[in-house]
Order: sequence, then C-alpha cells, then structure tokens
Amino acid sequence: MKNTALTAIHTQLGAKMVPFAGYNMPVQYAGINVEHEAVRKAVGVFDVSHMGEFILKGENALDLIQRVCSNDASKLVDGKVQYSCLPNVDGGIVDDLLVYRMDDKSYMLVVNASNIDKDWNWISKYNTKGVEMHNISEKTSLLAVQGPNAASTLQKLTDINLSDMEYYSFQKGVFAGVENVLVSATGYTGAGGFEIYFENEKAEIIWNAIFEAGAEFDIKPIGLGARDTLRLEMGFCLYGNDINDTTSPIEAGLGWITKFSKEFTNSKNLLAQKEAGVKRKLVGFEMIDRGIPRHDYKIVDEQGNEIGIVTSGTQSPSLQKAIGMGYIDVAFAKENSDVYILIRDQKIKAKVVKYPFYKG
Amino acid sequence: MNFPAELKYTKDHEWVRLEGNVAFIGITEFAQRELGDIVYVDINTIGKDVAHEEVFGTVEAVKTVSDLYMPIAGEVLEMNTDLDTNPELVNSDPYGKGWMVKVAVSNAADFDGLLSADDYQALIGA
Repeated sequence: MKNTALTAIHTQLGAKMVPFAGYNMPVQYAGINVEHEAVRKAVGVFDVSHMGEFILKGENALDLIQRVCSNDASKLVDGKVQYSCLPNVDGGIVDDLLVYRMDDKSYMLVVNASNIDKDWNWISKYNTKGVEMHNISEKTSLLAVQGPNAASTLQKLTDINLSDMEYYSFQKGVFAGVENVLVSATGYTGAGGFEIYFENEKAEIIWNAIFEAGAEFDIKPIGLGARDTLRLEMGFCLYGNDINDTTSPIEAGLGWITKFSKEFTNSKNLLAQKEAGVKRKLVGFEMIDRGIPRHDYKIVDEQGNEIGIVTSGTQSPSLQKAIGMGYIDVAFAKENSDVYILIRDQKIKAKVVKYPFYKG
Repeated sequence: MNFPAELKYTKDHEWVRLEGNVAFIGITEFAQRELGDIVYVDINTIGKDVAHEEVFGTVEAVKTVSDLYMPIAGEVLEMNTDLDTNPELVNSDPYGKGWMVKVAVSNAADFDGLLSADDYQALIGA
C-alpha cells in the first residue's frame, strides 16, 4: 500500500483511511454530508495525489497524443487543458484523462490512479516515433481546492491572477513561496476552484498554507466519499463505474470529446457507431419512489423486463434525493422516461433526467 | 465510544433493549461510525415473524448499504417512523432516538444468549 505525502496529516485529522487504487486514501473526515456542503457553499481541499501524471516531450508528442486520444489536442494552445479519453481497439475506453499543453513540444497527461500502469503501457505501445515519456506520478502531489471561496483562499498565496483564469486553463508560478507550482482551473465537483500540482517535498508546506489562508471561510479537508457525491451530482463519469474497457465513448455521452477531425485508435468503428446510432446510452435518473440506486443494480421497465444497469448511485446531499447514472436501452433514454430500479427484488420507480442533477 | 451496559449486542453490530416482552433494536455506535451519514432505514418486515439472524431491513448510508440482522426471534411490531424523515438520528443518537424496530419477542430467554457490552467491545477491539 502506498501513501501520499500527506497521509500523516490525514491520520492526524482523524480521517477514515481506505485502500484505493493501491493507495491509502482518506475517504472521509467529519462526514460525507458536511464535507459535501463545505465544497458547495465554501471551500474544501482534496488530496488526490494518487492520480497519475505523465510528461510527453519531443517533436512528435502531439502526434502521439492525437493517435491515442479521442479529443483533438491540436486545438490546445499553451496553458490550456483538455478532457479526453483513450479508446481501446474493441470499442471501449482504456481511461479518461486531462491533457495539458505546456508548450508545442511538451504535454502533461493526468490519468486515473487505478490505470497508471495500464495507460503507460498503452501509450508506450503507440510511441513509435521516439517521444520522450516520463512517469512523474510518484513524485507529484495534487491538491484539488474546490468551492465558491477557492479563489479568495488561494489568491492570498500567489501572484497568479486567479480570477482572470479561464476554466480549463493553467499557469505555473510561485505558490505559498514554492516555485514551479502548476495551478489549474479545473476540478471534478462543479463547485469551481483549482487543482494544484507540485513536488511531494512541498506537500506539507502547501497544505498548511492553504488551510491557514482558508480559515476565514472555514475551509475543510474533503475525502473521496464526498468527491464521489459531488461529481455524481454533476453527472461526471467515474472510470471503473460509468465507463470502462467495454463502454464506448459514444454510449457514454462523451461524443463531445470524440473528434473525428483526425484519426485515432478505433476511430473508424466509433464513427460508424455514431452514424448508425447506439443501442444503449449512459443517462442520469432520479428516484421518484423511495430507494437508493447502487452500482450494478438492474434497470427494468414497468413489466420488469431488464432494460439497463446502474453504474453509479447515491443519496444526493445537495438535492436530498436519490440519483444515479446507468446504461439504458435507447428506447427508454429520453428525458422523463419512466424506468424502475430493481432494489432488493422490488421495482422502485425512477425517471430519466438531464445532467447536471445539481444546477447550483 | 459508548456501549451501554444494560443493552445486549450482536456480532453484526445490532443492540437490543428488552422491556418486558418487547425488544427495541438498533445499530451500535461503532456501526453508525463505520457506515457514515445514514440516509435511509428501509424496514420491510413490519407485521412479520422474523427468525434469529434473518434480515429484517437495510440501512443505507451515502456510500454503502448494509443489511440488518434480527438479534432475537419475534414479530416486528413497528419501526421508528421518525427515521423516515430524520434517518440521521441513527448517527446522532444510536441507542435512543435512533432505535429502528420494536419486536414482540418469541422467547425472552434468547436475550441472555446475546453479547454483553464487554463482550461486544472485545469483539470490535474498542
């Protein structure tokens, strides 16, 4: 089991630690509901240092990214970030990721912790033109500082003008006295805020500086539990739940990051699938009758025929109702369609709704 | 953590309080802490006879769902309807306002076979 550079601090704060993707990670501190609310209404800090970071460098770095990624990275300019995925050759997804353009010959890919080795091997296999690849995952820490007071908190610690930063852009600069910190206007909560990348050695300095700066907003540490409820309220996909090696980006509603302006892994088949139409789609639903949907519960029609499967579900802390995502036969995928979730052998009524569940 | 001495406990983390022939049943402080924020207590056995260690309902936390096992055989008379609107009472007051069901016990002698507070604490390493 690996630790992040901040494990001792989490334990000291009374976090409940769980194994996740090979790391010992905080799942909650004070409780999911209060942590969730802190991010929606004020500001919270997540240690997500388990995430993987790869640096790709050289004349052919963009060419390699274009071959393995579904989105069109040629649209990136220096300092911009793009959400993308790595399609496999069988119609599924190797991983979803963020692509950072540092300059025209240097990129950073940010991948899911559970997929670091798989992604590294996958990309390496396509690296036939000598792109220099570095896996900096284990020496890199990542904090997500999210919520309406995130900018006011972090602005005290840096000269980078945070309020001017566009969504999905980043800058490198001095942060809390530490040089060469990458501040990115991204996140996985829908609450706004920043993600901050830096070297492990500086983790405690930066963590403490952020908590001092955020004290006036009652800043809180946030665990993976609330990270999941926050992302689910936005309808953001979680790899391993909502997307995996067998789900296509078209089915998953990731057509917007699947650009057929260029060729990439399995692009011909995905284009054919887009044109022919998919048989099932990832949709959001909310429960009408009482019950909480969970991963792998069946979705059925009124007669009890199986029409889909739940991929994520929870009681939404912000909405105070049960919500979920799942793959469903396209005949039932339209907004407001009545569907039923099979919970402990009982059909519980739900209806298909649009993302995001939480509209702030 | 608090484990009142007048209650009996199970290895599945339920507690039982006997009042005459009626048992009040809930989950322990340890259980509610492990589950985290409780959002739904689903009891589908009201009016039914439930055998010892059979499932009498489920408790849903934000991230997890857990079955509830009958500590003592009997008929489920009623559930704590306050939990319909305030399931978090199980977190804030697990042995009091967070009780889950009332059961007409088939054989009161079964109560003596349950774990004492000391035995239960030893079991969970508290």
